[in-house]
Amino acid sequence: MKRSVGIASAAALALVLSACGGDTGTDTPADDDTGAAEETTEDAGDDEATTDEGTDDGEATTDEAPADSGLALPDLSGEELEVAAVWTGTEQERFTLVLNSFEEQTGASIQYTSTGDDIAPVLTPRVEGGNPPDVAFLPQPGLLNEFAGRDALQPVSADVEAAIDANYDTVWKDLGTVDGNLYGVWFKAANKSTIWYDVDAIDAAGVAEPATWDDLVANSQTISDSGVTPWSIAGADGWTLTDWFENVYLSQAGPEMYDQLTNHEIPWTDPSVEEALNTLAEIWGADGFVVDGALQLDFPTSVTTVFSAGEAAMVYEGDFVAGVISGETDAVVGETANFFPFPAVGDAPAVVGGGDVAVAFTDTEASMALMAYLASPEAAEIWVAEGGFTSPNKSVDTALYPDDLSRGIAEGLIAAGDAFRFDMSDQMPSAFGGTPGQGMWQDLTDFLADPTDVQGVMESLEANASAAYGR
Amino acid sequence: MTEARPGGGAPPARAAARAREGRWLAWLFLAPAGLVLLALVLWPIVYSIWRSLFDRSGQAFIGLGNYQRIFTDPDTFTALKNNLIWVLVAPALVTVLGLIFAVLTERVRWGTAFKLIVFMPMAISFLAAGIIFRVVYDQDPAKGVANAIITSVHDVFSSSSQYPGARPRDADAMPATDAGGFASVETIQPGSTILLPLVGVEAGTLPDEPQAAQPPAEAAGDQVTGTVWFDFTRGGGGVPGEIDDTEFALPGVTVQAVQDGEVVAEATTDDQGLFVLEGLDPGDVQITLPAGNFAQPFRGVSWLGPSLVTPAIIGAYVWMWAGFAMVLIGAGLAAIPRDALEAARIDGANEWQVFRHITVPLLAPVLTVVLVTMIINVLKIFDLVYIIAPGSSAQAANVIAVQMWAVSFGGAQDFGLGSALGVFLFLLVLPAMLFNIRRFRQEQQ
Repeated sequence: MKRSVGIASAAALALVLSACGGDTGTDTPADDDTGAAEETTEDAGDDEATTDEGTDDGEATTDEAPADSGLALPDLSGEELEVAAVWTGTEQERFTLVLNSFEEQTGASIQYTSTGDDIAPVLTPRVEGGNPPDVAFLPQPGLLNEFAGRDALQPVSADVEAAIDANYDTVWKDLGTVDGNLYGVWFKAANKSTIWYDVDAIDAAGVAEPATWDDLVANSQTISDSGVTPWSIAGADGWTLTDWFENVYLSQAGPEMYDQLTNHEIPWTDPSVEEALNTLAEIWGADGFVVDGALQLDFPTSVTTVFSAGEAAMVYEGDFVAGVISGETDAVVGETANFFPFPAVGDAPAVVGGGDVAVAFTDTEASMALMAYLASPEAAEIWVAEGGFTSPNKSVDTALYPDDLSRGIAEGLIAAGDAFRFDMSDQMPSAFGGTPGQGMWQDLTDFLADPTDVQGVMESLEANASAAYGR
Repeated sequence: MTEARPGGGAPPARAAARAREGRWLAWLFLAPAGLVLLALVLWPIVYSIWRSLFDRSGQAFIGLGNYQRIFTDPDTFTALKNNLIWVLVAPALVTVLGLIFAVLTERVRWGTAFKLIVFMPMAISFLAAGIIFRVVYDQDPAKGVANAIITSVHDVFSSSSQYPGARPRDADAMPATDAGGFASVETIQPGSTILLPLVGVEAGTLPDEPQAAQPPAEAAGDQVTGTVWFDFTRGGGGVPGEIDDTEFALPGVTVQAVQDGEVVAEATTDDQGLFVLEGLDPGDVQITLPAGNFAQPFRGVSWLGPSLVTPAIIGAYVWMWAGFAMVLIGAGLAAIPRDALEAARIDGANEWQVFRHITVPLLAPVLTVVLVTMIINVLKIFDLVYIIAPGSSAQAANVIAVQMWAVSFGGAQDFGLGSALGVFLFLLVLPAMLFNIRRFRQEQQ
């Protein structure tokens, strides 16, 4: 009895330990190297995963498929890559088309991981644990700086750099460079200087496209008189409020001061900041200008408030509003919904934008080949044609944009050239510029709640910025 | 399993050998659980304490610096305050509700069905409950159940106004009063006419077949006549303050004439927007539009605003856990000897006295278990607060566990401070745990 109990328990222990040992990463479905005892369960899992079949087909077709691009992609049969990004839903489907094209041309197999909006908490533990994805798309240069500072990123190869030099303006190359090393390929861009409006409401009010901020305020008053609330503002999502501020500040104070404020070379208690906040209060604080309950509206709901519920006339955010309009409302972009550029607050109108940058965490041939592919116009054109995508790549054929509206947005972005400025909050340390409920996001939410307290908001911004920058 | 026992007791060596073998077997079975506990519980605790003594990068030793920051940082202080509110309110509420439910369901015929329904929320995860309540507390009455109920009840007792949000064209000539209406600044004499242009009239509040606005008729000596109309031409154009052909009359607006601070006449506009105020004595007349014309519809309570968000989340928590308390207390209740209760009733005690003097004291151990378990749970609360509080109320709803997550993973990546918060939370929970352990030991003896 003692012996049989002992054998049984030893066998149980062995089973438990063998299950714990070996690579049980759930992200890599094809693990043929683990022990025999696990092969049966792995095979059952692989029947659902398409990657094995994909690899086999890839090997068969690489020789047959003509090279789509002038880009010489190496043969990567059997190589596996993991790509991580924030995109889900429709954006994920369209991005997967780009990855599929790469898979077909090289024979590599790519696993896409969606991290959701908050990418830092997903990537940081993986980087620290030594298991990062091969390529990731970071939505903020601030994150790029942080990971580069930790030596987690690989500088791009000479091929990739050549592609960037050929296809991008200098401002985009600089945005991907940290301390002289080029790490990033800017794949997706967003023009964040667009105000979207309900055509019907604007026509009923009889207002024209505003050229200046004062025109915009006057228009808002007219729209309010016509019986419609002029503005829908997403107060629950702090990042929309930071975009408002950046547009006003860039246009009013100019690009040089914008850069200084971004790097915290001037404090947030500077008179230029006070002027910008007072200007913002002309809309945020005016009676009846902002829809009720704005503090609890998240971004998609702020768009449907205008185009589905008809409770407001205008909403400000970037070009990706078009995606929300076509995806979640019955309005038709270009007919019942349209946009005008953010008006000039100072002397000249500004273009503030955002983007997603591809960075490589591993220095393999496959990673760098993917980065070179992403820097080429061919990769961008796949998603451009699908819609809901603006490419900062100046070699992309803009005729491929699906409609005049998106073409106009893209051409406006590329035409801004080096006068374009990246979203300020995305360039700052994410503790200040990129975290819900903290830093700039929270301070501007407090300002929306009480637009009379300019001094208090400035002091809070300065305190939070000092803490985040460490100086 | 039996072994043949020799006559009398087994020789001592044999007994010792069997005891040793029993211990060896016990350790063998405990080993896997022990390893897991060591690796997943003990090691992280030790490492967290160690890590909390270092700064953000993990290289520089700063001793108790992180712990100092806990008490000086305003965000963390709000978190501490909120946790205190949670600990004082939520467990007591859950226990009391559980007690009430347990006692009452004993007497009701469908007691078991009721218990099932009250217990069902335990079956869902905190995340699911958080999402449910996020929608329930939505401020828009069309989406949020809570506000839908409140506004329906409110609307039963009060009538809606005719033109919510409307206001006079010229805010200087007719400023708002404290009550929400509008009063003219300049006075007029009886026998004159007055034009009252309004703007901000929502399209949905206009009559189905609006009529063109008409200029007012001549007024007799003791009358004031006028027109109230929507002074906005669709598509722009039109002269502000003048009746244009394209502009619509506003019927159903109440207009008052005020002389010497008293309302002397009142009229309501007809379909052409015309009104006549009659029976006026000679003297200055001020025209007012009372607030009842323009009151905004009641939109419910802002549950997720910074002031109410913590009570709202506590409400969600109580909804989930009252069933747990009810079940535990119900079990305790079933163990109470019925004769004690019967004896009390025979002696003339009413139900409330029986409850207060017999039931509750006999239930004291169970109530303590429930209370202490709830306190431990509530100190660690994370999911509900993280899901339900929108970004604008995140700071107001902050609790220590959420703050720990935010500083460690949300942007700042400060694992030193996060570890310090974790250790702090551990120290807060420790007294409750020790109390529980001591009680278990007492019960065993």
